Amino acid sequence: MGKLLGWIDDRFPLSKMWNEHLAEYYAPKNFNFWYFFGSLALLVLVIQIVSGIFLTMHYKPDGELAFASVEYIMRDVPYGWLIRYIHSTGATAFFIVVYLHMFRGLMYGSYKKPRELIWLFGMFIYLALMAEAFMGYLLPWGQMSYWGAQVIISLFSAIPVIGDDLTLWIRGDFVISDATLNRFFALHVIALPFVIVFLVIAHILALHEVGSNNPDGVEIKKNKDPVTHIPLDGIPFHPYYSVKDIVGVVAFLFFFSVVMFYFPDGGGYFLEHANFIASDPLKTPEHIAPVWYFTPFYAILRAVPDKLMGVGAMGAAIVVLFFLPWIDRCKVKSIRYRSNLYKVNLVIFAVSFVVLGWLAMQPVNSTITLMSQVFSLLYFAFFVVLYVTSKNEQTKPVPDRVTS
Amino acid sequence: MSTDTVDEGKRRFLVTSTSVVGAVGAGFVAVPFLSSWMPSERAKNAGAPVEADISRLEEGRMMTVEWQSKPVWIVRRSEKTLADLEKNNDNLRDPASDNLDQQPEYAKNMQRSRKPEILVLVGICTHLGCSPTFRPDIAPADLGENWMGGFFCPCHSSKFDLAGRVFQGVPAPTNLAVPPHYYVTDNTILIGQDGEAA
Repeated sequence: MGKLLGWIDDRFPLSKMWNEHLAEYYAPKNFNFWYFFGSLALLVLVIQIVSGIFLTMHYKPDGELAFASVEYIMRDVPYGWLIRYIHSTGATAFFIVVYLHMFRGLMYGSYKKPRELIWLFGMFIYLALMAEAFMGYLLPWGQMSYWGAQVIISLFSAIPVIGDDLTLWIRGDFVISDATLNRFFALHVIALPFVIVFLVIAHILALHEVGSNNPDGVEIKKNKDPVTHIPLDGIPFHPYYSVKDIVGVVAFLFFFSVVMFYFPDGGGYFLEHANFIASDPLKTPEHIAPVWYFTPFYAILRAVPDKLMGVGAMGAAIVVLFFLPWIDRCKVKSIRYRSNLYKVNLVIFAVSFVVLGWLAMQPVNSTITLMSQVFSLLYFAFFVVLYVTSKNEQTKPVPDRVTS
Repeated sequence: MSTDTVDEGKRRFLVTSTSVVGAVGAGFVAVPFLSSWMPSERAKNAGAPVEADISRLEEGRMMTVEWQSKPVWIVRRSEKTLADLEKNNDNLRDPASDNLDQQPEYAKNMQRSRKPEILVLVGICTHLGCSPTFRPDIAPADLGENWMGGFFCPCHSSKFDLAGRVFQGVPAPTNLAVPPHYYVTDNTILIGQDGEAA
């Protein structure tokens, strides 16, 4: 065995990579609950790729056949229903895990120097993930697939001058059609997964270059053992965190299975009821709302009674997140040592995000619109308040070493 | 070559010019790939005109026909509806249909139609492309007491009157489109062509 490893190591850096990224990658010893979600995101990515590959073996990306082929998978393919529900539950799980992972970053300032690039790679993963989920949702070719895609692609028509030609180019036809379905299939199963995997590798390489942040927001590399040069507060990722993460995986798969076996449509929030009806270009469903993970941005779109401004506000809500490392000018990373103002601001932001998500699922009336406008303003206010107050924030003293 | 010195200027020129030529080449290679996303010849040739028979369309009712995979609505409006149209004028973005992209020349009038009572519209919201709901009822609870009948988009609550004209304060920017059409006979409309006597 040792001989074989030596043979490989002379030709490929296997032991070197193993050590760099697992056995001799020193992570802070004070990781808590919130640090499960990075590895869980990786797990869901693998689940989606494997279940997706098997779905493509039975699915037909054709305007005439697509809807029926999904029904075929559900009824006739052995365990087809399970593979499809793994994939659809995986989509929802992906966004839950990613949102919690991003919130962890907000709480502990993990986007701050020297981790700005980790945050940017992460944001690009999030963007690619939204595109991936959107294109995947067209494939069942049901009513929500069709009209959801119609609305989202029409967003580009708000762009002045080139808008109409751009939407024509994206659709490949004058309406959503077979051409659109076919290209979305290609992007969903080939192009975007490649992009996401590449970005995930970049995200992890950048992380392992600078080292992980932690709930105290102190740099463990500042206190190294003088002899071994190992951070005093660091422990090897493997076996300590690999084993800890397995506990997270077991708990995660428990919840995943409950949804997959007992609530695969999530009460209409994970798989919308109108999507069990074949697409009909002549009739929009009465209540049209995107799948839950897009709803906060959709609420912002709906809050503005002007096409260009609405699309602009929705885009800005996502783009502003990219600039977070430079909007937050406070040197202290962790929420544990930041001002009460920051804590309140972050709570309002998180609450606004959830409330906006709920608002977008309600049929519109004047109250819902007013509330959407208020919470949209609160969403953006987070960044404004953060920029203005973070430079001279009243922070608590940060310890030299991690605390627990 | 006996000298060991390197001509840095020449080297920089060669590296830059090679890079630029390479980038231009890559740009040319991108053209066929990007162009392949435009509508195919088959897609362009589809969408032939369709004929609609309106002989059985009753007053106040709407029928839908499919043209270029889009819903086209035909509504037979009553005298009262036509008279009420004017009352909406102050609350509309474009009451006189000045945006010429949204209707052919012959529909640039108060009724936005060839025959006053017959309305022909593409049933796609000019906001984000949903198909609005036909709401001919007067002053329903959810749409307010000034509602004279019209079209309501359930997606983002854009409102249009019974001539497809957009109200102010809604996200849709323009009036609903009137497709090219003409009357082959009194009760037959050909949708998709302006006709000879346009």
